[in-house]
Amino acid sequence: MNSIVADYLPLAIFLGVALFIGAALMIAPFLVAYRRPDNEKLSAYECGFNAFDDARMKFDVKFYLVAILFIIFDLEVAFLFPWALVFGDLGWFGFWSMMLFLGVLTVGFVYEWKKGALEWD
Amino acid sequence: MVTAAFFYLFSGIAIASAFMVIAAKNPVHSVLFLILAFVNAAGLFLLIGAEFLAMLLIVVYVGAVSVLFLFVVMMLDVDFAALRQGFLQYLPVGAVIGVIFLVELLLILGTWSIDPNLVRTPAVGIPTQAVMTNTEALGVVIYTRYAFLFQIAGLILLVAMIGAIVLTLRERTGVRRQNIAAQTLRTTATAIEVRKVPSREGV
Amino acid sequence: METLLYVLFVVLQSFVLLSALLVFIAYILYADRKIWAAVQLRRGPNVVGPWGLLQSFADLLKFVLKEPVIPASANKGIFLIAPLMMSVLALAAWAVIPVAEGWAIADINVGILYIFAMSSMGVYGVIMGGWAANSKYSFLGALRSAAQMVSYEVSIGFVIITVLMCVGSLNLTKIVLAQDGAWGMLGWFWLPLFPVFVIFLISALAETNRPPFDLPEAESELVAGYMVEYSSTPYLLFMLGEYVAIMTMCALMTILFFGGWLSPIPFAPFTWIPGVIWFVLKMSLIFFIFAMTKAMVPRYRYDQLMRLGWKVFLPMSLVLLVVTAGVLKLMGWAPGVGG
Repeated sequence: MNSIVADYLPLAIFLGVALFIGAALMIAPFLVAYRRPDNEKLSAYECGFNAFDDARMKFDVKFYLVAILFIIFDLEVAFLFPWALVFGDLGWFGFWSMMLFLGVLTVGFVYEWKKGALEWD
Repeated sequence: MVTAAFFYLFSGIAIASAFMVIAAKNPVHSVLFLILAFVNAAGLFLLIGAEFLAMLLIVVYVGAVSVLFLFVVMMLDVDFAALRQGFLQYLPVGAVIGVIFLVELLLILGTWSIDPNLVRTPAVGIPTQAVMTNTEALGVVIYTRYAFLFQIAGLILLVAMIGAIVLTLRERTGVRRQNIAAQTLRTTATAIEVRKVPSREGV
Repeated sequence: METLLYVLFVVLQSFVLLSALLVFIAYILYADRKIWAAVQLRRGPNVVGPWGLLQSFADLLKFVLKEPVIPASANKGIFLIAPLMMSVLALAAWAVIPVAEGWAIADINVGILYIFAMSSMGVYGVIMGGWAANSKYSFLGALRSAAQMVSYEVSIGFVIITVLMCVGSLNLTKIVLAQDGAWGMLGWFWLPLFPVFVIFLISALAETNRPPFDLPEAESELVAGYMVEYSSTPYLLFMLGEYVAIMTMCALMTILFFGGWLSPIPFAPFTWIPGVIWFVLKMSLIFFIFAMTKAMVPRYRYDQLMRLGWKVFLPMSLVLLVVTAGVLKLMGWAPGVGG
């Protein structure tokens, strides 16, 4: 058992305990609560109407765009993590290397701003 | 012992869920199994001591990329019963391509060998956990020694960003947007006009 | 044998921490309702127990005894896994939070990244729940919620990086210890990094779907968002997950900006008070800000929310990050592997 696995073993156990508590709460009403389902109770809520059709419809491509922009910025954050820890030791080359990286992505950010990709309507 | 148990747990679930990704009927289920596979891969990373990569795998692949996959799969709203109808018709073509891939894979795996010098002389020695954590070890090399590759990664991200906007941005017309700057710049002088209205005559 | 004893010990520790956390959340819920009521000149819960102190426990009992309804058109498996996932992932973050020196269940090297990862996975509970319910309100609520959580995560990431630059470690204990010094509360990061702290506070509200950013469950338009079809304890688990996530954010702010378990005044008798009490006090204070915001600030519109996240916080936090990095580098204050 190397040191990292030893570090994470308590975490795995904690997860197990949390899962146990969550599952216990989840199962409890199925055991003790009164259940008498009927058609109306089990239909999807739609302000008193019967549900028209399947709820999974096509939606605005905007959400997709938000997700893609999020991936890009998330990767930017991911690259920043190791840099933030060691940039004191790296010297100015390492510093400007990151600034260039951020600069390139800022160009992209300005582009999407100007194109109106950040507008929500 | 504990490590081995976790290894079999993680790799077993990873393989099973990877199989379910292609076997599940509902594409949303496929993506969810894919996420499960990612999480278990992160667990495997942890077992070999790459904790930073394990967390990044979860942050980037599970937290971001799979959200996109889910959005796409949910957005497509494909009728999968209809898709399945042509299954038998395409089966021969699919089978031929599959066999070709299999043969190629076997050929590559059969003749593959790793340069024995590669293992002994890595470009940068891997520092042990006691010297520095693997996050710091990565940080020390990425931005200086591998600065060029790092900048290429930045450019790829830029291309991805621009590409996504070019492909998906649809300008909608007739939309009224809030102009917050204009709103806050409004003062009583520009917004109100005081008029004398003669009595009993109206405006 | 030794391993088994160790495992049992950790199980016990986890139970203690989790039950303390859940009881704390029961009272946080009570405080939330009381504060909200006080602002609106109402009494709030005051029937169950003295001053209504047992209200949350009565609610728990009621949730357990309510009929669990699973809609006929729902994907049953995912429908039930979603709330479980939401609450377990939210609870999972607490494994690494040091409530006092050395009091973390797992004091891992990449603690803050782990919390970041867990909170980024929180979005799945929402998407899965909203999708599986097969109801239009749920689906729309889930989409909105997912896009919202994702939008604010970027600025949270930048803020965390800014703090990390002043610390030089991803370990939560080390982040707290980096703020220790003769200056007490004046040496904590909230003072030098005040703008960053404000961005984090507001982003945390949006990330946890707290008012004024509670659009996913905007009852005037989406009824209850992704939770419409949930009842009984599946609903309870969603709510629990939400409040645990709020507590995680409070704890994270305590650690990043308010010196964790450290005493605000760095000499006796204040240093005699156990660290865990300071930690809980600081968390409660931050939650008080959350509760007052809920009571006082009107809800944002969705386009305003997206504008704030992408056009205000994102560039602002990025600029602050670059400025902080520049200052640290120029002054030679940046911590490194060597020092």
